[in-house]
Order: sequence, then C-alpha cells, then structure tokens
Amino acid sequence: MAQLICRDLSLGYEGKALIEHLNFSVEKGDYLCIVGENGAGKTTLLKTLLHLHAPLHGTIEAGDGLRKDEIGYLPQQTLVQRDFPASVWEIVLSGCQRRGKWHLFYSSADKQLARQSMEKMNITNLSKRCYRELSGGQQQRVLLARALCATQKLLLLDEPVSGLDPKATEEMYALIRSLNQEGITIVMISHDLSAVASDASHVLHLGKKIFFGTKQDYLKSENVHTFDRKGDE
Amino acid sequence: MAQLTEKIALYLSYPFVQYALVVGVLVALCSSLLGVTLVLKRFSFIGDGLSHTAFGAMAIAAVLNLTNEILFILPATILCAVLLLRVGQNAKIKGDAAVAMLSVGSLAIGYLLMNLFSNSANISGDVCSTLFGSTSILTLSKTEVWLCVVLSIIVVGVFIVFYNKLFAVTFDENFAKAVGTNTDGYNLLIAVIIAVIIVLAMNLVGSLLVSALIIFPALSAMRIFKTFRAVTICAAVTSVICSFVGMMLSILAGTPVGATIVAVDIAVFALYTLAGSLTGGQKA
Repeated sequence: MAQLICRDLSLGYEGKALIEHLNFSVEKGDYLCIVGENGAGKTTLLKTLLHLHAPLHGTIEAGDGLRKDEIGYLPQQTLVQRDFPASVWEIVLSGCQRRGKWHLFYSSADKQLARQSMEKMNITNLSKRCYRELSGGQQQRVLLARALCATQKLLLLDEPVSGLDPKATEEMYALIRSLNQEGITIVMISHDLSAVASDASHVLHLGKKIFFGTKQDYLKSENVHTFDRKGDE
Repeated sequence: MAQLTEKIALYLSYPFVQYALVVGVLVALCSSLLGVTLVLKRFSFIGDGLSHTAFGAMAIAAVLNLTNEILFILPATILCAVLLLRVGQNAKIKGDAAVAMLSVGSLAIGYLLMNLFSNSANISGDVCSTLFGSTSILTLSKTEVWLCVVLSIIVVGVFIVFYNKLFAVTFDENFAKAVGTNTDGYNLLIAVIIAVIIVLAMNLVGSLLVSALIIFPALSAMRIFKTFRAVTICAAVTSVICSFVGMMLSILAGTPVGATIVAVDIAVFALYTLAGSLTGGQKA
C-alpha cells in the first residue's frame, strides 16, 4: 500500500478550484517532483497534504504505517524568520513538537534526535550560531534538520533551493538524495528540470494538463516541453 | 549622596510605595515576556489597540458606575483581543487596519462617553490620567496588589509551561500546524494573556503608553542577544530594572510615573543599540 494516496482531489480557495480531479499516490522510498508554472497550485497542494488546507473535494489517505502527522515539512522562508533571534539548536529542537499530546518540554530522546539530525545535515558545528547570520544554504540545512526531527518517513520540500547559489544548490540536492537513499520518501516542489531529470523517480506536473507518472515517461511526454519553455522565462 | 539614600529609604518604608514597586515590577516582567513574541510576530501594535479598547471599556464602566471596574474592563479587553485575532484570520479587514480601527474607535467612544455622562468635575484631568497613567499607582489597595500578584504568577507560569510551544508558533506557524501543534489555540492564549497584561499595566503607565512596556524591552534585548532564550531573559531583566529605576526616579523627582518609566526604557534601548553595534553582537 502506498504512503500517500490522493483520490479525485480538487484544491483551491473559496470554492474556486485551482486543480481538479487530481489522482496520484506516493510509495515508500519514492522521490516525487511536483512541477508546473507559477499559480498552478503547487504550494496549495503541499499545504493540503500537510492538512493546513482542507481540500474542496476528494480524499488524502495515509498508508503503509504512515500516520498523517509523520510528515516533515521544509517551508519557503518567511519574512519573520529572516531576522528572528534564535540559535540553530533552538530551531532544530522545535521540530520535535508532537501532535495532540501534552508534550510541553523536550525529553532527552528529543534532544538526541535533534543532535542526530544536525549531524546528518553537517551543521553540528553551527549549533550555537544565530540563525539569521547563516548563509542561505546553511539556513536551509537547519530547516531540513528540523523537518527530520518531525519525521523519519516522508519529507515535503517547498522549493528547497530557491535563492541558493550553484554550489549550495548542489549540496542541497546531494543531501536530499542521500536522505532518499536512506529510505525517506521525498516530495519536492521544483523549478529545476535538471534536478528532476537526475534525481526524481516520479513527476507530477500541474497545469492545464496534469501529468503523473515515472520520470522516464515524463521526459518522453509533451508536458516536459511546456515545462522547458516556462523554465526559460 | 547620604541624603539621597536616606530619602529613598524613607520612601521605601511607606507601604503605598512598596505596593507600587511590587505592582510595577510584576507588570514590567509580564509585559516584557510576551513582548518578544509579539514583536517577532509583527503584532507590536496589538498592545496599543487593546489598551485603547481598555480605555473605552473603562469609560463605559465609569458611566455605568460600576464599583469594581476591572471586572468589566478585563473581559471586554479579552473579548476584543479574541475578535482581533479572528478578524486577522478571516481577512475581510486586514490585521493592521482592524487594529487601527478598533483602537481609535474605542478611544473616541470612550472620550465621548466620559464627556457626556461623567459626573466628575475634572473630566480632562480624568482622561489625561487614564491615558498617561496617574498617581493611582500610589493609591493601590491591598486587594488590587493581590490581584496583580496572582495574575502575574499565572502569566509567568503559563509562559514557562508553554515556552517551547510559544517559540515554535512564533518562529514558524505553518510548520507547527503541520506537525500537529494547535496553533489557533496558542494564538488565542497569547491574545488572552496580552489582554490581561494590558489591563494590569494601565494603572501603571496609562493606556497610551502601555505598548512601550511591551515592545521596548524586547527590542532592546534583540540588539544584543541572538538566541530566543537569551533575548527573553534579557528582556525580562531589562524591563524589571527599567521600571524599578523609572519609578524611583519619578518618586524622587516628582515626574509622571508612566512617562518616566518609558523614558528610561528609551534610554536603555539607545544604550543597547550602541552596545550591539560596537560588539557586533554577542555570539550565542
């Protein structure tokens, strides 16, 4: 059984649908890239998968031992965070919030998990640094470490490389690839066709014509051409 | 110098001065704790808006001749805090506009009511003291002091118990919500606490200056410290010291209590800004 199954999903705001009749599923260990032009509803889809938005129609089911709160999330940076006084450690540890329980203080197991996540992301040495003084790539790794505290199963990434320089971008992709190889399912919004081509196992293209399938099929499909053209703009 | 210490010792021996200091310090402590969260969430003006609401409520309470005003003012302010939050979410009238509207609206209505129905001989004096704080901090009754102590303990307790959650909700509300934290609940909690603090603080500095107590210590602490915990602790300590020094100064020099405290806060902010730019900020 798949980890996430979306059946006949319609998404949008105030009754206006951005996406209709969306069907797709994510298996354990998949690396799904969500592509499409701006305004096609990529972030809305991600927020719906996180249960931040209710879908207009259709269902999202979690399966294969995945509880719906076991999803890690790497959001795009907000204005508030850019000058937020917080240490890397405080932020990573905040990934250990638990759903619905009266879990007010972090246990030593939580702290251990936070340390492990930081090690995986190579940011142990930054632990005491202030978040707002880090480079863009380092900040993304901090947020990724936080997401790892929330899940060991499925990560949703919203344009993890936006605003990063080529070197940091490459490092970020390498980290995501290694997490995927460890067995963590990746669902990523991307603008970057080369990343889709090299790393993804499946592609979901949102737009007038929705495509869902394996990367090989996608690269042969006609959607890839519209994506190419959008990418040049 | 010896004269001065003698004078201070004399003042400190009066119970009404002791009451004022206790209340002032507690109010400063509570407001600075929540201040960090409010400033970072870009809610600095909610304090201002709510304090004007409290002014309006106070006017209504005065017109109705209620004996215990606070029992009316507190629920009214809490109600407005909750309403502001709801409006912020539904976004028919955007957050800052809603705050501005409620704030000037209740200020106007409050003043109007006081003029139309007040039976006091000195209306402008009354209004002035509610807006800018008054000597009423020096005429606190024992009950009021106890009420303030109890509410402060509750506020500090709630803050400590929910510290981690408040950090999470402040730093990244979407993430917190996605991993299942009840963010709406915590936003509500913040609104209620801030309403309580404002009603408490109105006696001290008056409703126009309340938000100074909330934002200045937090902003000052952010000049120097760079972790959430350090900023919070520094804001609390700074705020307590500033309000203590401000109150002593105002007693010695006979200046208005609220304005003196805020002036000390401003001076400290300037000092911290200077220190922050000189050291380039402290690591950790």
